[in-house]
Amino acid sequence: MIPDKNLKYSKDHEWIKVDGETAIVGITNYAQVQLGDIVYVELPDVGMQADKDEAICAVESVKTAADIIAPLSGEVLEVNEALEDNPELINEDPYTAWIMKIQMADIAEIESLLSEDEYADFCENEG
Amino acid sequence: MKKTPLYETHLELGAKIIDFGGWMLPVQYSSIIKEHNAVRESAGVFDVSHMGEIYITGKDAADFADYLVTNDLSDIKSGMVIYSPMCYLDGGTVDDVLVYCLSAKNYLFVVNASNIEKDFNWIKSNSKDFEVKVENLSESYGQIAVQGPKAQEILSEMTDINLNDIEFFKFNTTMEIGGVRALVSRTGYTGEDGFELYLSVADAPKLFTEILKIGKDRIEPCGLGARDTLRFESCLPLYGHELSQDISPLKAGLKYFVRLNAGKFMGRDALMNEEKTGLLKKSTGFEMLERGIARNGYSVFNSTGDKIGVVTSGSMCPTLSKNMGMGLLDTKYAKSGTEIYIGIRNKKVKAITVKKPFYKKKYRKQEV
Repeated sequence: MIPDKNLKYSKDHEWIKVDGETAIVGITNYAQVQLGDIVYVELPDVGMQADKDEAICAVESVKTAADIIAPLSGEVLEVNEALEDNPELINEDPYTAWIMKIQMADIAEIESLLSEDEYADFCENEG
Repeated sequence: MKKTPLYETHLELGAKIIDFGGWMLPVQYSSIIKEHNAVRESAGVFDVSHMGEIYITGKDAADFADYLVTNDLSDIKSGMVIYSPMCYLDGGTVDDVLVYCLSAKNYLFVVNASNIEKDFNWIKSNSKDFEVKVENLSESYGQIAVQGPKAQEILSEMTDINLNDIEFFKFNTTMEIGGVRALVSRTGYTGEDGFELYLSVADAPKLFTEILKIGKDRIEPCGLGARDTLRFESCLPLYGHELSQDISPLKAGLKYFVRLNAGKFMGRDALMNEEKTGLLKKSTGFEMLERGIARNGYSVFNSTGDKIGVVTSGSMCPTLSKNMGMGLLDTKYAKSGTEIYIGIRNKKVKAITVKKPFYKKKYRKQEV
């Protein structure tokens, strides 16, 4: 469960892997530990418009429903349909179990994301 | 924030602690699903020390206890436990309680943690015409629940008392178990066979640890998360959800525990009237037909989009592997097999009403 060194992070506990103009989004290990057993992922619709900092879909554990906040703006290109029947994949390896791919509308938005170290500090202060 | 006598024990076991109505309690130790399954298949041990203990003693204790609750206590004898709602005069619910009859002049009410102060004040303020003493001794007791098909086997290895002698909803007041003294009843909140043990605050950590040691791989420490999914599958009501000041026990489907013809009690006139005029709303079980999990507070709609009620509890059911819910619905939609829609975020998700409970309780009752 070692995250890729090049990942970016959001303050909503998402990881973002930037590949050209595409951003792959998932939730971090910190998030899955906080949530506990994940039993449902409500995926966004492909083609839907993601607005940065707005709720776009949800991840639910036994206890709670957590909104997934779009870390970047753009169009949803693809969603990880494997999570529909196996939401626990996120608990097993949150950095492999991506949720959606976004075609970024504004690459400059990447600047607002956190680096690995910044995110680690952020989590420490949350705890 | 309040801590139970087992707080340190929970930390040592690596529990995830949450604020539960002002109490720092474990929501889970390892995984809610794993803990839930342990109770269904083997055994689980829970810290329920946050529950309140209110004693009613004195010459009129029996009459007063019976007057407070909707169930009939006239046949209760020392050593018996009765579950009952306790109502306001308008039929709304103050709390749902376990009444332990210690003697004809000594009754113990076990009440929900979030209601301790309210219940104590309510009981006290209605006691004027009775010769009784009302005491809140909640802080003097720890409470541990051991639940599941192997609960009896494990506890039997810790005591000389034959646990078969403690029948369903009966108790033994002075049992020696695991080197401590406890009141032990065959009661619980999981839909499985099991016991609840009341003991001194000082002895609680010792007994909890001993139960885990003796139970070893047959038992899991379980948090509030599993407690909730277990009670939910069995459709046991939770105060603040299925029952409240605005939800009478009749609306909650607890008619069996409301004995309208067994003498006078608080709220009887209002409940009789409600029964006579017909219930406007009814607690109803449902199963999600489409993807989605209903949660407390979500709106419920009919097929033409009118709001017909609200979800009181909802969850994925680990034993059934289904997403179920309970909602307070307009009575005409309460019949099982009715198609309803749950408002989940910005979607209306299809569900169907079903009979309760979702999971058939596995209590060990005597054949009558």
